[in-house]
Amino acid sequence: MNDYIIKVENLVKKFGQLVAVDNISFSVAPGEIFGFLGPNGAGKTTTINILCTLSKPTSGRAMVNGYDVVRQQSQVRQSIGLVFQDPSLDERLSGLQNLRFHALVYHVPASVREQRIEQVLKMMELWDKRHIVVRNYSGGMKRRLELARGLLHHPKVLFLDEPTLGLDPQTRNRIWEYILELRRREGTTIFLTTHYMDEADKADRIAIIDHGKLVAMDTSERLKKIVGKDIISVRTSDDKRAVEEIRLRYQIKARRDSNGLTFEVVSGEKFLPTFIKEFGTKILSVNLRSPSLDDVFLKLTGREIREETGDAFKAMFRRHGRRMRR
Amino acid sequence: MNNLRGVYTIWYRDILRFWRDRIRLIGAFFFPLLFLFVFGSGLSSRMALFGSGINFVQFMFPGIIGMTVLMSSFMAGVSVVWDREFGFLKEVLVAPISRASVAGGKTLGAATVALIQGTVILLFAPLVGISLSPQMVLVLLPLMFLLAAAMGSFGILLATRIRTVEAFQAVMQMLTFPMVFLSGVFFSLQDVPTWMSVLAKINPATYGIATIRQVVLEAPPDSPFGINLLGHTMSLWNNVALLAVFGTAMTLLAMRSLGSQE
Ligand SMILES: Nc1ncnc2c1ncn2[C@@H]1O[C@H](COP(=O)(O)OP(=O)(O)O)[C@@H](O)[C@H]1O
Ligand SMILES: [Mg+2]
Repeated sequence: MNDYIIKVENLVKKFGQLVAVDNISFSVAPGEIFGFLGPNGAGKTTTINILCTLSKPTSGRAMVNGYDVVRQQSQVRQSIGLVFQDPSLDERLSGLQNLRFHALVYHVPASVREQRIEQVLKMMELWDKRHIVVRNYSGGMKRRLELARGLLHHPKVLFLDEPTLGLDPQTRNRIWEYILELRRREGTTIFLTTHYMDEADKADRIAIIDHGKLVAMDTSERLKKIVGKDIISVRTSDDKRAVEEIRLRYQIKARRDSNGLTFEVVSGEKFLPTFIKEFGTKILSVNLRSPSLDDVFLKLTGREIREETGDAFKAMFRRHGRRMRR
Repeated sequence: MNNLRGVYTIWYRDILRFWRDRIRLIGAFFFPLLFLFVFGSGLSSRMALFGSGINFVQFMFPGIIGMTVLMSSFMAGVSVVWDREFGFLKEVLVAPISRASVAGGKTLGAATVALIQGTVILLFAPLVGISLSPQMVLVLLPLMFLLAAAMGSFGILLATRIRTVEAFQAVMQMLTFPMVFLSGVFFSLQDVPTWMSVLAKINPATYGIATIRQVVLEAPPDSPFGINLLGHTMSLWNNVALLAVFGTAMTLLAMRSLGSQE
């Protein structure tokens, strides 16, 4: 028995001059939820495309379920389920017909076909809508149908490329319940990409990718230890003066960003009361929190991952814009 | 076995989509019939008869059948381009079926839909004074299917290389009209200038149209409805072989083109 179900060794993918995936190596254990976290353009989709045989690596090797993604394409394809970043349904057919098509091409035995379709549709709460043409589904329904389809043939590994992009928080939570339930029931290995921090937090292990390179890979807890300290954000009446004061008083370098000022201290609960009492510049608001994956990313790369939380419309627009360009 | 299932599934989806959109059928025979009755009747009084009691509408009728089949199957490739734009092509390309079976299934789907449309036109034969025997229909159906598969695979080959629906339609229009006009749908290729005759003989559709016409009008290959290729009178089987070779070549190229796609 192997102790990994996905193994990637020195994988490189170039598009002309651009190195989209730059010599990455990692492995994923069976039953693990493995998260790929990185900003747009980091190389997440490109990696998935290689792992699912849609695209060939420039160099390096990748194995999925014991099969080589270049030389044993059809075995790899039979082992995996996919939810692509961009929509991939037949909009002219009903939800049910989309699933029947999928069941046929994935050789789901006729004896269990209808029963399984019913099961996944009910799981995704789409059973009542099964006869409706997909064109008339909402964005969330389409996403759930794609998830149902990805599960239909009981794949060993499920690839989810930004599975909740552009969905409202409620639908996102629901989809996550399904994903966790699936792992519990079927032991499916889940490989997901995201640029939502809270989503990455749900993975057993996270690989942080930036400009095609893996910059860190560990559990969420341990990644956060890289930052170590607590994070304090303050808004003041004069940020420039406040930076100077923090530097002189505590020998800490504060950053100015969208939240005003941010700096790190060891055990923030103890620091904060004295800070508020003795600070000379007028404080408008204070926020104390433990490090997030955002802070980890910032620490490792010097940049923030731009979040699109709450801006579902913009994200939807991106999804569609991309589709129209292809 | 695996491949057959792939071909069947891809074909089945195309038929399902056609059935959902069957209102398209009306559009598909509206134009051919318009051509036939308005254009045909308007001109027939001024056109010489072809001897043996065949009038212009009767001459055009098999050509219109061929044209319907040709245009429908050739344009069917657009579904590949649509699937790419809507992302569904990825679902197909990542499925555990061979790319060859995808191209094969698409070709058969295009040919089946075109055959249905051609058959609808065939039903109008009595209206133009042509009586078709069951034997003739039995010969015509596979002929139409062959022409459809040949042109369908050509369209699909182009579709695997073109990224947008707009570009595909532009290319198709540029090819379809010359192909229809230079295939003898509307006039006999007997007394045309040499350049036109050469182009018509390069056009694979010509051989399909001529064969359908010979069967419908019960004319021999050495009649004005036949084709003389480099001094050789093309028999029905010659034409069939030529179309089959062309169709096979296009299908193989389409399979290869799709197979190398990322
Ligand atoms: N087919 C392609 N041709 C050229 N460049 C590409 C192609 N696909 C992706 N890229 C580039 O590769 C980089 C990584 O893209 P991608 O893997 O989609 O990032 P992510 O999924 O992390 O947002 C980007 O700079 C993108 O523009
Ligand atoms: Mg992506």
